[in-house]
Amino acid sequence: MDVENIIYHGRIKVPYKWYVGETGSRFFIGLRDNKELWGNRCPKCDRVYVPPIKTCWECFVPTKEWVKLKDTGTVESFTVTHYSEGVAPKDVPIIYGLIKIDGADGSLLHFIGDVEPGDVSVGMRVKAVFAEERTGSILDIKHFVPSNE
Amino acid sequence: MEKAGIVGVGQTKYERKKDDTFAELVFEACTGALTDAGVGIEDIDNVITVSNDFWDGRTISSMAIQDAAGSYNKDVSTVEGDGVFGAMYGMMRTLSGSFDTTLVVAHVKGSEGNMNLITNAMFDPIYQRKLGIDATSSAALQARSYMEKTGATEEDFARVSVKNQGNGVNNPYAQIREKISVDDVMKSRKISEPLKLFDCSPITDGAAAIVISNEKGMKRFKKDPVWILGAAHFSDSYTLGYRDLTNSRALEAAAKKAYDMAGITNPLMELDVIELADAYSYMELLWYEGLGLTPKGKGADLIRSGATAMDGELPVNPSGGLLCAHPVLVAGLARIIEATLQIRGEAGDRQVKGANKALAHGINGPCGQAHGVFVLGS
Ligand SMILES: [Zn+2]
Repeated sequence: MDVENIIYHGRIKVPYKWYVGETGSRFFIGLRDNKELWGNRCPKCDRVYVPPIKTCWECFVPTKEWVKLKDTGTVESFTVTHYSEGVAPKDVPIIYGLIKIDGADGSLLHFIGDVEPGDVSVGMRVKAVFAEERTGSILDIKHFVPSNE
Repeated sequence: MEKAGIVGVGQTKYERKKDDTFAELVFEACTGALTDAGVGIEDIDNVITVSNDFWDGRTISSMAIQDAAGSYNKDVSTVEGDGVFGAMYGMMRTLSGSFDTTLVVAHVKGSEGNMNLITNAMFDPIYQRKLGIDATSSAALQARSYMEKTGATEEDFARVSVKNQGNGVNNPYAQIREKISVDDVMKSRKISEPLKLFDCSPITDGAAAIVISNEKGMKRFKKDPVWILGAAHFSDSYTLGYRDLTNSRALEAAAKKAYDMAGITNPLMELDVIELADAYSYMELLWYEGLGLTPKGKGADLIRSGATAMDGELPVNPSGGLLCAHPVLVAGLARIIEATLQIRGEAGDRQVKGANKALAHGINGPCGQAHGVFVLGS
C-alpha cells in the first residue's frame, strides 16, 4: 500500500457495579467481619463449594446448607507468573495457586505469598493471611502462606 | 438423516500486525470462500458472523462488519465464541430447512488490543478477575495439574511445539514458520511457569469463512462437498477451581457424540488427520485424551511415539495449529478449513496423503471450558 497507514488510539473505560448476590455476599461478609471462610454444600452430591454457589454445577439443584471451613488447605496447582498488566495488587513474579481448602471440594484460586517461588510445590500446606483492611471482596484474603497446620 | 456439507472455504494469511481493517479482513475471507465455492453472494441464504466485542473494542462488533459479510437483505445471526460454534450454528440453520446455504465468517485482530487484559476479563469479576488471572496464567495452572497427575514433563510439552512449528513451515497461511528444537523451547523465556514463550500461541490477526449447504442447496455448487459426518459442542463449568482441569469431560462428550454420528469406534485407526486447538503446547496432550486417541494420562506417550507427526499414523495439526497462528475465534473455523482442504487433497505441502476422514476441534472459555468437534469426510 502506498498510503501512510494512520493508527487511531483509544481506550474503553466504563464503570460497572456488580451485585454479588445473597450467596456471595454471605461469603464476603464472613471474610470481612470474622476472617472466616464459608462454603456451601449440595444436598444431592455432597460437594462443598468455595467460593459458594447458588446452584450445584453438577446436579442443577440449589445449595442450601452453609459450611464453615478452615482457613488452611493444600496447593493443588500453582504457577509463577513473570508479567503483570497491573490488575493484581502484587509485584512480579506473581504466584497463583489453586488451593484445596480443608473441608471443601474443588479448589479456590488465590495468591501464594511470603515464599520464594522455588520453594512452592504441589501438595504444600498453606494457610490464609487476611488483609488488615477488609472491604468485603476476594482481596480480603491477602494471600496464602506456607503452613505446618 | 438430512446431511450438510462444506462447499467453500476462504482465509486470510495470519499475521501479527495486519494493516487491513476488520471489514477488509472479513471481505477477503468471504470473497475467498465464495470464489472457492464458485458462487456469488446471491447464492447465500443466510449469514453467521463470529466476533467478540472486547477483542474488537466496540459494542456489537458483529454489526460493524455486516456490509463486508454481504449480509444485506439476508437473515443474519451472530456468535460470540469460537468459530467452530459458528460453523455448528450455520450447519444447524441449513439442516432446519429454513435456509439451504449459510456463509459463516469469523474475524479478530489480536494485535490491536491487549490479550492479557482481554482474557483477564473473561473471569468472574467478583471472585477471580481482581487477582489478575488470564488465559496464560490459568493455562499454566492446568499444565501443572496435568504434569502432576500424569507425569508428563515440560519436555513433552516442548515436543508438541517442535512438531507443530515444524509443520507450520509448510503452511503458507501460518504466522510462525520456523523450525525449533526441544532445547529452544526449554530455553525460551519463562512466561507463567511451567509455560515458556514457545509453549504459548502467538498474538494473531486474520479472518476465515466457510460456506455450508444442505443437500437441497448442493445443486448450486459444482465442486464435490466435504460432508459433515458428525458435530457436537459441550461445555464444562466456568469457575476455575470447580472442575477437574486434567479431565476434559466436555471434550470427551463432544467427541463421543460426533464419533457416534460418524460411525467411528476407533478414532486413532479411523481418522486420517486431526486439526485441534493447541493454544498452549500441553493442551494437545490433554486433548489427545479427551478425543479418545489414547487412554487417560497417556497423552505424553502418544507425542513421544511419533504417531501424531506428519509421518505418523494420525498426523495432528499439519497446519502448525494455533502454536503457529492463533487468531482467537477464527481458530476453530481455520481448523475446519484445514480439515476440508486435507480431504479435498488441496493442502499443498502440508497434505496428508489420501486423507479421507478428518477431525476439526475448537475451544472456548478458560482452560478449554467448552469444546466443539467436527468429523468431516468425502
Ligand atoms: Zn451437586
